[in-house]
Amino acid sequence: MEYFNNIVKILHDYWRVFLITGVGYTLLLSLVTVAAGSILGVFLCLGRMARFKPLNWLVMAIVEIVRGTPMLLQLYIGYFLVPKLLPFNVPEIVSIGVALVINSACYVSEVFRSGIQAVDRGQTEAARSLGMNGKQTMIKIVLPQAIKNILPALGNEFVTVIKETSMASTFFVGELMTSYLIVKGRTFLTMECLFIVGVLYFVLNFVLTRLLGVFERRLKASD
Amino acid sequence: MTDTEMIRTENLHKSFQIEGKPPLHVLKGVTEHINKGEVVSIIGPSGGGKSTFLRCLNLLETPEEGQIFFEGVEITSAKVDINLHRQKMGMVFQHFNVFPHLSVKENITIAPTMVKKIDPKQADEKAMELLNRVGLADKANEHPSRLSGGQKQRLAIVRALAMEPDVMLFDEPTSALDPEMVGEVLEVIKGLVKTGMTSVIVTHEMGFAREVSNRVLFMDGGVIAESGKPDEVFQNPQNPRTKEFLSKVLY
Repeated sequence: MEYFNNIVKILHDYWRVFLITGVGYTLLLSLVTVAAGSILGVFLCLGRMARFKPLNWLVMAIVEIVRGTPMLLQLYIGYFLVPKLLPFNVPEIVSIGVALVINSACYVSEVFRSGIQAVDRGQTEAARSLGMNGKQTMIKIVLPQAIKNILPALGNEFVTVIKETSMASTFFVGELMTSYLIVKGRTFLTMECLFIVGVLYFVLNFVLTRLLGVFERRLKASD
Repeated sequence: MTDTEMIRTENLHKSFQIEGKPPLHVLKGVTEHINKGEVVSIIGPSGGGKSTFLRCLNLLETPEEGQIFFEGVEITSAKVDINLHRQKMGMVFQHFNVFPHLSVKENITIAPTMVKKIDPKQADEKAMELLNRVGLADKANEHPSRLSGGQKQRLAIVRALAMEPDVMLFDEPTSALDPEMVGEVLEVIKGLVKTGMTSVIVTHEMGFAREVSNRVLFMDGGVIAESGKPDEVFQNPQNPRTKEFLSKVLY
């Protein structure tokens, strides 16, 4: 009961820290990562599938390195490297964001690639045999079918991104996990703060997966 | 080139590289010609190069050596825009390869409207006419997932015809069908052949090959081992390999 009372009290005193700052920054960071990561991911995917071999190798190397090293390490590199590369000062959250975007883009590019390659080769052959060129075939025949393969995996990636932004708290950038650190530091009520943050993460992801589910069903209905 | 010639191949070679294995030499110098209005069936054992040869004709496979001439143009030349020539070569695949995300009618209209820039309304009318011809007009707005195998293959045939090709290439068009659906697809091909459409048909349906073709090619080991009128090839094969093959499939 005391536990419950503590939670109510924390929420009463610090709801702004959790709901406005914490959720706000987490959403901001996630949305930017997902949006920029998807766009960059498309380009990485194009590079990976391009006919120009050295470009394939370059993208393959980047993806392998990003997948083969810990996220936290990449955030550290972003945190220290990005300010050095830019001639002007950037807020820490931007440096962290850059690292998150590159990380996400690599995973997304693989999702796109596998989705495209999962489309039967016969589809491409049929389109080409009708005289369609490579671009027309990709846009009108392959991609519309690939989207259906891609969407569930892409949804997974979005959920992962929301959870991974918690690592940015290492650099105190203000997202949900940072708000946990702040409030815990002031109240010394560790479990209660963890509970609140955990519920908030869960709600965010639960809502997101529901929305993606609706979207997927819409796409299926168009079949 | 004579003015009756449609397709000519000179000394085609094709091998497939499979990792960790020696390259598979599938075509070992195929020289052949197909005349306008001719219906040529290609028979022979699996792995003999029939499908590869057919797929080379519209360059779905690129031969390493040799030339292909289509209507007098060397399409194996690097300067040629193959997309232009493919428009005149319809192809029907073993596994139909209809577009599952498009309606039956859109399957037919997409290439004419996109590639030939035909007016969508006109393409629609043409599509309905073709669907009528193969008895699928009532399915025009369905998706192909609602069609049976035989219906899918009939759709694939008219999809190719919508481009008004000069030649039709059939790659084992009935091999993936349930037995009771083979007949309906063969009927459509037969009807097409009667209109004078130049056709090259890779098939395991010996009775059909014998009935519709002007000429039968027997391919084995990457070469055309025998070529002749259907009656000659089926009744009095000259090559021992043809004899052996026919004795196994005609029982």
